[in-house]
Amino acid sequence: MIVPYALEISVVCVGIFLLMVDAFLKTDKTTIAWTGVVVLLAIFGLTFALGPMPKGVIPEGFYVLDPTSLFFKRFLLLATVLTLILSVDYSPVYQKFVPAASPQAGLGEFFTLPVFACAGMMFMVSANDFIMIFVALELVTIAFYVLVASMRKNQGSLEAGVKYLILGALSTGFLVYGITWLYGITGYTSLEGIQSVLPRVPEQYQPSVLFGLGLVLVALGFKVAAVPFQFWVPDVYQGAPTPVTAYLSVASKAAGFVVLLRVLEPFVTTPAFQVKVFGILTILAAVTLVLGNLAAMSQQNLKRLLAYSSIAHAGYLLVAVASLSAPGARVAIGFYLGGYLVMTFLAFLVLLNVAKASGGDDIRDFNGLGKRSPVLALGLLIAMLSLAGLPFTIGFLGKFFIFEAALASGQYVLVVLGAITVACGFYYYLKVVMAMYWQPAAPSATSIQVSPFGHFLIGLLVLAIILFGIFPQPLLGALTHL
Amino acid sequence: MNLLLASILIPVLAAILVIAGFNARRTAIFAAALNFLLTLVIVGQFKQDGGYQFLLSVPAVPALGIKFSLGVDGLGVAMLFLSTAVTLAAIAIARPPKANVSWFYASLLFISAGAVGAFVSVDAFFYYMFHELALVPTFLLIGIWGSGDRQTAAWKITVYLAFGSFVLLVGLIGLYLSLPAGSRTWDFRELAQAARIGTLAPAPWVYLTLFFGFGILVSLFPFHTWAPQAYASAPSPAAMLHAGVLKKFGLYGLLRLVTPIFPPAITEPFNNLLLVLLLGNILYVGLVTISQRKLDLMLGYSSVMHMGYIFLGILSWTTIGLAGAALMLVAHGLSIAALFALSGELRERTGTLKFSELGGLARTMPKFGLLFGFAAMASIGLPGFANFAGELMVFFGGFSAGKPVVGLNNFQIATAIAVWGVVISAVYMLRAYRRVFFGPPLERWKDLPEISTHAKICVVGLLILLLIFGFAPQLLVKFVLPAIVQP
Repeated sequence: MIVPYALEISVVCVGIFLLMVDAFLKTDKTTIAWTGVVVLLAIFGLTFALGPMPKGVIPEGFYVLDPTSLFFKRFLLLATVLTLILSVDYSPVYQKFVPAASPQAGLGEFFTLPVFACAGMMFMVSANDFIMIFVALELVTIAFYVLVASMRKNQGSLEAGVKYLILGALSTGFLVYGITWLYGITGYTSLEGIQSVLPRVPEQYQPSVLFGLGLVLVALGFKVAAVPFQFWVPDVYQGAPTPVTAYLSVASKAAGFVVLLRVLEPFVTTPAFQVKVFGILTILAAVTLVLGNLAAMSQQNLKRLLAYSSIAHAGYLLVAVASLSAPGARVAIGFYLGGYLVMTFLAFLVLLNVAKASGGDDIRDFNGLGKRSPVLALGLLIAMLSLAGLPFTIGFLGKFFIFEAALASGQYVLVVLGAITVACGFYYYLKVVMAMYWQPAAPSATSIQVSPFGHFLIGLLVLAIILFGIFPQPLLGALTHL
Repeated sequence: MNLLLASILIPVLAAILVIAGFNARRTAIFAAALNFLLTLVIVGQFKQDGGYQFLLSVPAVPALGIKFSLGVDGLGVAMLFLSTAVTLAAIAIARPPKANVSWFYASLLFISAGAVGAFVSVDAFFYYMFHELALVPTFLLIGIWGSGDRQTAAWKITVYLAFGSFVLLVGLIGLYLSLPAGSRTWDFRELAQAARIGTLAPAPWVYLTLFFGFGILVSLFPFHTWAPQAYASAPSPAAMLHAGVLKKFGLYGLLRLVTPIFPPAITEPFNNLLLVLLLGNILYVGLVTISQRKLDLMLGYSSVMHMGYIFLGILSWTTIGLAGAALMLVAHGLSIAALFALSGELRERTGTLKFSELGGLARTMPKFGLLFGFAAMASIGLPGFANFAGELMVFFGGFSAGKPVVGLNNFQIATAIAVWGVVISAVYMLRAYRRVFFGPPLERWKDLPEISTHAKICVVGLLILLLIFGFAPQLLVKFVLPAIVQP
């Protein structure tokens, strides 16, 4: 019989093993990343041997292995693999900004920390107890503090690190304070316990429960980059090493949403709290949608634009969270995040390659990319169209499922806002397309060489975007039990 | 292989071949001609009252009842014919640009594939998706190869249409959710059937959302401002394809998804509002058209104006009005394509389309002038052209619509006002014609080359079709009628 947390244990072991390799390896450090990729892919394969387990099997009750958590564990493993591949591509840039105590100093940690963050997030998606959520979250956040600030000679990276650290610590404070309120009233830290007590909470304590939940929502809002807790996002995304940005924007957001869904579960199924909680969520979704999209329109830097777009996508996901009363909402969230993984990593892959060659990630650095490197341009074109939500891409279907759920649960205001913000989205995503195909390249710009493996990866991601955009059934089939 | 699937795949494959490096112009023309021939085969095999034919269905998202289904009835065949005919003319008349030739032709082919795909889809979901597919090539065509303030025009049309299609999507989802859970479907036939037996009971907001969603895409007043500027800036084949074919998507949707589905109890309260808006199209935009000083902007506005008649036909809810609207869909598509083709040719020669800088061109290019005259007359709606038959049927439909009252009911008043639109069209078209082709010949245009043979063939082909359907509208009507009349 397999131990329930076998997956997390093996990922942690991989991390420790890679650190050992780093200590003794004298030659090329990228071997560490490739080893990580291979082993994590093997663990990804192992997840299919492991079925969901009924609740009784794990007596402690702080950990669940249901279809949701299993799906997102696979999701996180894939995201980590893609991050490691991107990190290898990024290592020459990374080297420039790290004090060279020895050749390739710092690379070992740069390749290993994402693995530990992955283990933390895999615990997060299974956590069914506030203590577990808190511990897993800290494991993730500490790994990210180091990763974000690791380019020590780069001012942007240091600034990002400080911002992320201070606001991260603040949000942790909110989380713990919220947990104590909820514990104080219900007497439980486990979500199941809270669920059993909630219907019996006397009316005079209900505001206190909502206050506690509100504090927890603040902390989770920080994780998923929801407005008004988004202030750290643009600077941190811009300053952090590009693979870390991609990782932060995909994996951290997904894990945050899973925790959000789990924490909300007791509250949205209890009639006394339902209406108020959905009200809070609706407001949160509305401001996130509007602010994320409007702020993205004026951006001139692609990394910053993707940061605001990540806020905007958090807005669409929150629309689905606010529509949880509709049967399709959970599937919609899972599908949207799946699509978001593919298109975001594709965008960052191209961004990374272009920035490496031209030394900047402003939109004008992409001028004439259609001529300079047709494959990269095509990849970014598909990524942008999918992020904007054009049909026959996975991004469109994600939006479609979310708005189907929103209409089914009667969230008409959010749908109207969504219609307007989708049009805004077309504006700022097509701005990048415009630069690539309309503007002439700068005279100094050269054509960009991409390795065959890079071509293969771009092709694979493009194929995933289009195939799942036409026939989403395989992905939906994996999500039906959510 | 399913013929309809083939007619979607031919332009897509041709576009891929063009990007891969085949001779762009030849491949594109070959694909367009092949697709037109395929359409003729489909028309030949089509049985006139056999309902939807050439069916193909593959489940795409079973959980939501979404299927990739193709099929055409009489209306679909008519639209398919319009799409492939205009595509052939547009691609044949297109002049290869100086740069990025392959992307230029690939974009045109993608617009064509989107239009064909939309018109042969039986599933509302894919019908919507195919239309959206054409949005990006339009954006690229206007932005890269357009003229004038092309970037503003490209942004405007893209953001406007993205918004409009999203409103439409919300309406479609609303329609889908109006069905009881378990029998939800996107299939046109099943939706109409559900409406007939009463299991589909949509709310009024669904009607309004659908009408305005489609309306934005078809430049219903006051959501029309994207159209003239975009058509003026677009390279002429793009304007031909968009104004001639793609814009008909919305009207086709109204005939398909709104008329057979919404009972009068829901639609009647909004009739007065919509009548005012469509009169805005005919009168307000008509007067704006008269005041234009450039040929391409004038044509853009005139195309917006003519949408008003089609809206009137659809809103009238009568057999003759609906048939007239369907006839006008085809007629307007063909005539506006011919006009944009000619104005594009003119711009190639003179570099300007300002009335103040043109004049007396009939003397240097008599054949060009003659063809433009024919196309202008067709657009005004002169007897003998299909536009006339369509407008006449629409007016009959409009006048016989509504509840009988003492005196005139609102529909009859609106129709009586709308008839004046014909006069307005005559004013702006004839004025434009006089200023461009008559008057003292200017010295600088003395050596303009006459219209080239291939352009002549394209325009004459479109005009011949207009004349055929003008003298024998029954050819089209008997196809369309079984599709739009409720059994």
